[in-house]
Amino acid sequence: MSNDIQLHDCRNAFAKTLEALAEADERIVSVCNDSIGSSKLGDFRSKWPERLINVGIAEQTLVGAGAGLANSGLVPFVCGASCFLTGRSLEQIKADIVYSNANVKLCGISSGVAYGELGPTHHSIEDLAWTRPLAGLDIFVPVDDVETAAVIRYVAQNDHPTFVRLSRMGVPRLLPEDYEFQPGKAQILREGKDITLIGCGVTVCRAMDAAEQLASEGIEARVVNFPSISPLDEETIIQCAQETKHLLTIEEHSVRGGMGSAIAEVVVSKAPCKMKLLGFPAFAPTGSAEWLLDHFGMSVGGIVDSAKALLK
Amino acid sequence: MIRKPLGPDELAEQCCQMRKTIIQTIGNANMGHIGGDLSVIDILGTLYFNVLQVNPEDPIAPDRDRFILSKGHCAVALYTAMAYAGYFPVEEMSTFVQPQSRLNGHPCNEKLPGVETSTGPLGHGLPVGVGAAIGAKIQKKPWQVYVVVGDGEIQEGSNWEAAMTAAYKKLDNLTLIIDRNRLQQGDRTDDVTSLEPLTERFKSFGWDSLEVDGHDYGALIEALKAPRVESKPRCLVANTFKGKGVSFIQDRVEWHHKVPSPEQVEEALNELERGV
Repeated sequence: MSNDIQLHDCRNAFAKTLEALAEADERIVSVCNDSIGSSKLGDFRSKWPERLINVGIAEQTLVGAGAGLANSGLVPFVCGASCFLTGRSLEQIKADIVYSNANVKLCGISSGVAYGELGPTHHSIEDLAWTRPLAGLDIFVPVDDVETAAVIRYVAQNDHPTFVRLSRMGVPRLLPEDYEFQPGKAQILREGKDITLIGCGVTVCRAMDAAEQLASEGIEARVVNFPSISPLDEETIIQCAQETKHLLTIEEHSVRGGMGSAIAEVVVSKAPCKMKLLGFPAFAPTGSAEWLLDHFGMSVGGIVDSAKALLK
Repeated sequence: MIRKPLGPDELAEQCCQMRKTIIQTIGNANMGHIGGDLSVIDILGTLYFNVLQVNPEDPIAPDRDRFILSKGHCAVALYTAMAYAGYFPVEEMSTFVQPQSRLNGHPCNEKLPGVETSTGPLGHGLPVGVGAAIGAKIQKKPWQVYVVVGDGEIQEGSNWEAAMTAAYKKLDNLTLIIDRNRLQQGDRTDDVTSLEPLTERFKSFGWDSLEVDGHDYGALIEALKAPRVESKPRCLVANTFKGKGVSFIQDRVEWHHKVPSPEQVEEALNELERGV
């Protein structure tokens, strides 16, 4: 990516949108596990100290108390590093939030390999696989700052249990400012007939650059932003599978159980086609997020190579 | 509560009837946690028929008291208390764990209005209760939160996370009742991971913590209604017997979830009838 493109930390859009919503709706509270800084909740705390509930380093109580706050009539946004929020509290997410249908918005901060250098204990490349079987849980992965704000506005106005997977890595803005988020809808960002590149979150901008490079080599790649992991946009998956006959999924997640797996489940039963999943095959080594994505074939060149191999 | 609170003598009669329903329900279903059901039923009876400000005809009224049975495996005791309180007909107890019944082996709030949160995995009720109590404080609501846990369940670390949070947040609208029957599934608690000194542990965590006889209705009413110590959550360590009221079940480890035979059901009902 060229250096003159402005990159956005989606956490800022998250925090500003949450504050705007909290200004208008006093039922909105935020809950965190000592993660005020990393969740960008400092301004929220300054404005409404009584509405920022910091339970300390106690993720089971973080999520359980979120369910109780919802039971009391409030709308809690429960924020924590995604690896701990989902991994440590998975049974609370299952029983207290989803099975109990509690109106809690789980906000997984610094998901994927945002904490690349800190190693696999802090990588959150399993969170989609852990949460995806929980039917009734909305799962969204916004692609940029615009979609982050749109997703947060959307989740605040419904009463569904929700997991929003937020990135920390800077991303370029890909969507227009008037974009409105629709659950269960993917967007075709670039048309193409030879292959479809499907990404979510931080990988979409790489897919866009890869499509540009593929075009220079005479390959027309379609690019799809796939923010809604649950509910799933089966229609777009089937359409792309049938029209381009090749699907390449790219995700900042394990290849076991994430976005690519969700798409493959549809493809295999409803529109079989050639398909490859890019992502992390196992615990990843230490390294920056950028380096890790590049290392595991999710650089622009890596995506181009996988696309060409799939087309052979 | 829409009815006049029951006093100790009336509670004794009511809980005796509920014990019979528990035994019949488990006998019919061939499933249930009879030991814990019989240890906790006097606590549940006292709550539903004397303490809780709830309306079974409007089970999710915003300003109701919140009651959470964290030891969800004792669902039969909860359902029995709710049925007698008027949440649903007592006859429906015969559907317990039948296909498509809303009376699951563990309580589900989405199926049965009046259940506050689905429980079953242990150590979940207190954190949820802490959240509800914080929510009441934020919204300046007067309603109270009550959580009942099993004593073995206290071995789950999530309780101690929540216990710290409750004290720090000064949740004097939260009451935890520990069904201290001293038995867990496989053994006596003292022979697994001892909980003692249980009352003192909660005190050291900043709670107003005291012991009460969990089968003494007058003592339970007094403890549950005693003036609050300002800014402190309250813990009642309710000393009970697993299987209370049936001589061949009471205080025996093997009756955690053993099901009585038809003859044993008859014997238990007769014993309760005679008031042994």
